[in-house]
Amino acid sequence: MSTETTVQPPAPGRKINRITERIIESFFELGIDPTQVIKLSGIGCSSKAPAYFLSSAHGFNSVHGRMPSVATGAVVGNRKMIAIGVSGDGDTGAIGIGQFVHLMRRNLPMIYIIEDNGCYGLTKGQFSPTADLGSTLKTGVVNDLPPIDTCALAIELGASFVARSFSGDPKQLKAILKAAISHRGTAMIDVISPCVTFNDHEGSTKSYSYVKDHDEPLADVSFIPYFEEVTVEYDPGSTTEVTLHTGSRIMLRKMAEDYQPTDKMSALRLLHETMTRGEYATGILYIEPDKQDFLDLLGITDEPLAALPEAKTRPGKAVLDEIMETFR
Amino acid sequence: MSVTASAVQDTIREARSARIANDFAIQVATVNGSGSQTANLVLLRSIFQMGVPVSGKNMFPSNIAGLPTWYTIRASSKGYIGRKKEVDFLVAMNPETAREDVLTLPSGAATVYDEPLRLKDLRGDVIFYPVPFDKLITPITHDAKLRRLVRNMIYDGVLSKLLSIDMAQMEKALRKQLGKKEKAIALNMSALKAGYEYAEANLPKLDPFVIEPMNKTQGMLLIEGNAAAAIGCMMAGVTFVSWYPITPSSSLCESLIDYLKKYRKDPETGKATYAVIQAEDEIAALGMVIGASWVGARAMTSTAGPGISLMAEFTGLGYYTEVPAVIFDIQRVGPSTGLPTRTAQQDVLAAAVLSHGDTQHPMLLPSSASECYTMAMDAFDLAERLQTPVFVLSDLDLGMNTWMSYPFEYPKKPLDRGKRLDEATLRRIGEFARYRDVDGDGIPYRTVPGDGMPAYFARGSGHNEKAQYSERADDYANNLDRLARKFQTARTLVPKPEVDLVRGARVGFIGYGTTHWAIVESRDQLKAERGIDVSYLRLRAYPFTKEVSDFIDACDRVYLVEQNRDAQMLSLLKMECSAVQFAKLRSIRHYIGLPIDGRSVTMELLKQEEGR
Ligand SMILES: Cc1ncc(C[n+]2csc(CCOP(=O)(O)OP(=O)(O)O)c2C)c(N)n1
Repeated sequence: MSTETTVQPPAPGRKINRITERIIESFFELGIDPTQVIKLSGIGCSSKAPAYFLSSAHGFNSVHGRMPSVATGAVVGNRKMIAIGVSGDGDTGAIGIGQFVHLMRRNLPMIYIIEDNGCYGLTKGQFSPTADLGSTLKTGVVNDLPPIDTCALAIELGASFVARSFSGDPKQLKAILKAAISHRGTAMIDVISPCVTFNDHEGSTKSYSYVKDHDEPLADVSFIPYFEEVTVEYDPGSTTEVTLHTGSRIMLRKMAEDYQPTDKMSALRLLHETMTRGEYATGILYIEPDKQDFLDLLGITDEPLAALPEAKTRPGKAVLDEIMETFR
Repeated sequence: MSVTASAVQDTIREARSARIANDFAIQVATVNGSGSQTANLVLLRSIFQMGVPVSGKNMFPSNIAGLPTWYTIRASSKGYIGRKKEVDFLVAMNPETAREDVLTLPSGAATVYDEPLRLKDLRGDVIFYPVPFDKLITPITHDAKLRRLVRNMIYDGVLSKLLSIDMAQMEKALRKQLGKKEKAIALNMSALKAGYEYAEANLPKLDPFVIEPMNKTQGMLLIEGNAAAAIGCMMAGVTFVSWYPITPSSSLCESLIDYLKKYRKDPETGKATYAVIQAEDEIAALGMVIGASWVGARAMTSTAGPGISLMAEFTGLGYYTEVPAVIFDIQRVGPSTGLPTRTAQQDVLAAAVLSHGDTQHPMLLPSSASECYTMAMDAFDLAERLQTPVFVLSDLDLGMNTWMSYPFEYPKKPLDRGKRLDEATLRRIGEFARYRDVDGDGIPYRTVPGDGMPAYFARGSGHNEKAQYSERADDYANNLDRLARKFQTARTLVPKPEVDLVRGARVGFIGYGTTHWAIVESRDQLKAERGIDVSYLRLRAYPFTKEVSDFIDACDRVYLVEQNRDAQMLSLLKMECSAVQFAKLRSIRHYIGLPIDGRSVTMELLKQEEGR
C-alpha cells in the first residue's frame, strides 16, 4: 500500500494544499488502498487538487460544474470504488448547481468537497455564488446578492452527511474527512479555504483572518475507526456518539446547546442563525448514517457493473427468439 | 347532375372496373388522444397477416390530446414501405380537418366519414361512404368513456367490408393488440362487427381498392425502430443507461427498460445487471455515460436534436479523454424546438463535429428496423474499440413508425471490449502510457479503476502520452495527430455502404437512413417510366469508406438524397472529395417534416437532369 508523499501546491502561496494534505493523511490513516479510490473534479483551481493526491488512484478532471454526473456514472459503474470529488464554489454553486442538487438528492455514495473561497480563482477573482452579501472584491466591487449556502441546500435535498470546515483547522477537517470516508451515502463537505491571491483582503468574508475570527466549531469532532479501541475518556454527559454503518464512530464533544446533528430542522435552524450573525458554524452539521443510498435504490448486483462478463450481460438466443415472437 | 359531374361518375365507374389491389394508401384522420391507435394497428396488422407488404406512419401533433393526427397505412404489392405522396382512401373522423383532408385527395379517391360531417357535397370526383358512428356505437355500450374508445373500431369493420380485409384476420390482430383482456376484446369485436354489418347493408362498393391475400410477409415481423434498437442495446450487453425524456427518442429507452427488467436480472441474486438513470438533463445524461464508460461499463444514452445541442461539451470531453460512449440521436425537425413530432435528418453536421475544437465522431446510419438492431451492437463495439463517442443517427420515421422486418439474428461475434491493458500486453509493451500509439492505428491501450493495472489521470485539458498535464506544442500536436490517425482507423472499421452499380448507368444516387425507401421506389419509377438506370450507394456510416469515393468515380453525376435543407451529408462528403468528384455531386433535399417519398425524388431528379 502506498500514498503519495510529496504534496505540490497547485499555485504558489495558495492554501488549498492544506485540504489536499488532510485528504492524503485521512486515506493513509484509514489504511485505504489508493487503487480502490477514484478521484473526480470539475474545473477551477480547486478542481486541480485530485492531481496532487493518491497518484495510484484513477482520476478524472472533467468539465466545469459537471463532475457530479461523471461521478454518478463512475460510482454506479463500479460500486466497489471509493469516490472522492473536489469542486469549487463556482463549480458547484454557479454552473454546476443543477448537477449538485441532483447529486445530493440521489445520496450517491461519495465524498464531495467544495473548496470554498467565495470567488472564481482560476478566472482571476470574480464573485462566486457563495460570496457573502456586502463582501468586496480586491478592486472594491461590492457583492449585492445573497450567498447560496451549499450546506443548507445539501441538508434540504437529502445528502446524508453534511459538514462545514475551515482549511485553517486541520484537526477538525481531518476528523470530518475520515468520518466522511467511512460514511455510506453522499458526504458533502464545504471547506472554507481562503484564496490568498484574490480573496484574502479586508472586505472579504472568506479571508483567512475573517474566517479564523468567525469560525464557530459546533463540537469537538473525533473519529474512531472500527478497527480502533476508544482510548480517550469521553464524558457521556457532554458527548454525542454517532455510529456509521461500517462500525466506525464519530464522537462529538462539547456540543453547542440545542443542537442535534441527526435532526434536519436543528441543523437548518443553526445554519440560519449563525449566518445572520456573520459566523461560520463548522463541524458535522447533519448526519443520517443509515439512509438508503443510490446504489441500493437501483438494486444493482454486488459485482461491479463494469466487471460483469458477457455471459451475464448478453442474454441467450432463447431470449431473442422469445422477443421476436412478440412482434409476429 | 351537371355535365362535369356525370363525366366524373363515368371516370369513377371506369376506375372501378380497373381494380386496384394491394397498391394504395389509407389515411385515418382523427383527434389526438381519441384512442385510434388500437384501431389503426389492427388495420395495419390484418393487412400484414394477409401477406400484403405494409407500412404504418403516424403523423401526430406535439400535444397530449385534442389536435389532429393522421395515420397512414400503405399497402404495396411490390413491397415499397416508404411514404406514398397521395392518399387513396380516407377515413375522416376529425371535424377540424375533414374538409381540407377531402379537398387534398386525388381524383378517384374514396372517403369513409362520420355522417354528421356532411362531406359528400365537397367534391364530385371522390367516392363517399357516410357512416353514422354515434348511432352504431349506442347499442354496444352505455359507458360514455368506453364508447369513445371503441368507436374507432367501427371504421375497421367498415373497411373490412369495403376493402375485403378478412374479418378473421381483424379479430386475430385485435387479440394480438389487446392480449388477454377478454372484456375489451368482446367490446371491440362488437364494434368491428357493427361497422362490417352496416357497410354490408348500406354501402355498395364504388371504389376500386381491395386487399387480396398474398404471401409476401411470411416469416416477417412488424416492429418500430426504437424497439429494435432497444433489443440491440440489450443484446450488446449494455450495463449503464442514462437518459432524459424527449420525443422521438423516449420510446427507445422506455422499451429498453422493459426488456432489461425482464431479461437482465442476475439468475442467482435476482439483482439487476444494469442500471438505468433518468438524468436531470441531457448534459448530465452524457456526463453519467462518460463516467460509467471511464470505469469500464458499456454505457449509452438516447436523445434528439435539443439534447444533442446540450451534449456538445461532454462529447468533446469524451473525444479528448478517449472514453467510449454510445449516443442515439432519433432525429426530429429543428432548428430549436422545431417540429418535435415530425421527421428529418437534420443533425448530421452537428453530430459529426459536435463540440468546440477539432473533433470528429463516427456515426452509424440505420435504414431499417433490423439495422437499428445490428447497429446498436456495432455502436458499442466501435465505441470501445475506438475509445470515443459514437453516434447512431436514426430518425422519428424509423424510430417511432411500424416497419416490416425479418426476425433479428442472434449475434455471431462476441462483444469487442477494445484495447484493455492486461499483464501480457504490459509485459510486451514495457510501459503503460495511456495515450501512446503503440500499434500505429492511433488507438492507445486503456486501463480502468479496479482492474489491477496502472492508473492514469483523465483530463479534458492538454496532456501528453502519459496523460500528464502539458501545454507543450509537440505534446499537443502529436496527440491531435494521433486522434486524426484514429479516425482514419475508424474508416476501416465502420459498416461499409451497400452498393448497386448498374452497368451502363451514368447517374447515381447516394442515400442514407430512411431516405433509402424513397430511393428504392424512385429507381424503379425511373426505370419503368423513363427507362433511366440509376446506380445506388447507401451510406451506412461516417467516416466515409473507400467504396464511396469509388462510387462517385464510377458515375457521371451523383445525387445525394437527404431530409434536410442544407445538404448536410453532402457537405461532409464534399470536404473529402477531389475537384473532379466535387463537380459530379448534386443534391436532392426534402424537408417538410413528412418522410421523403419516391415520387418527389423521381421528379426532382428528372428536373435537375433535364435542366442540365
Ligand atoms: C463552460 C465553462 N465556462 C467557463 C469556464 C471558465 N472557468 C474555469 S474555472 C471557473 C471558475 C472557477 O471557480 P471555482 O469553482 O470557485 O474554483 P476556484 O478556481 O475558485 O477554485 C470558470 C468560470 C469553463 N472552464 N467552462
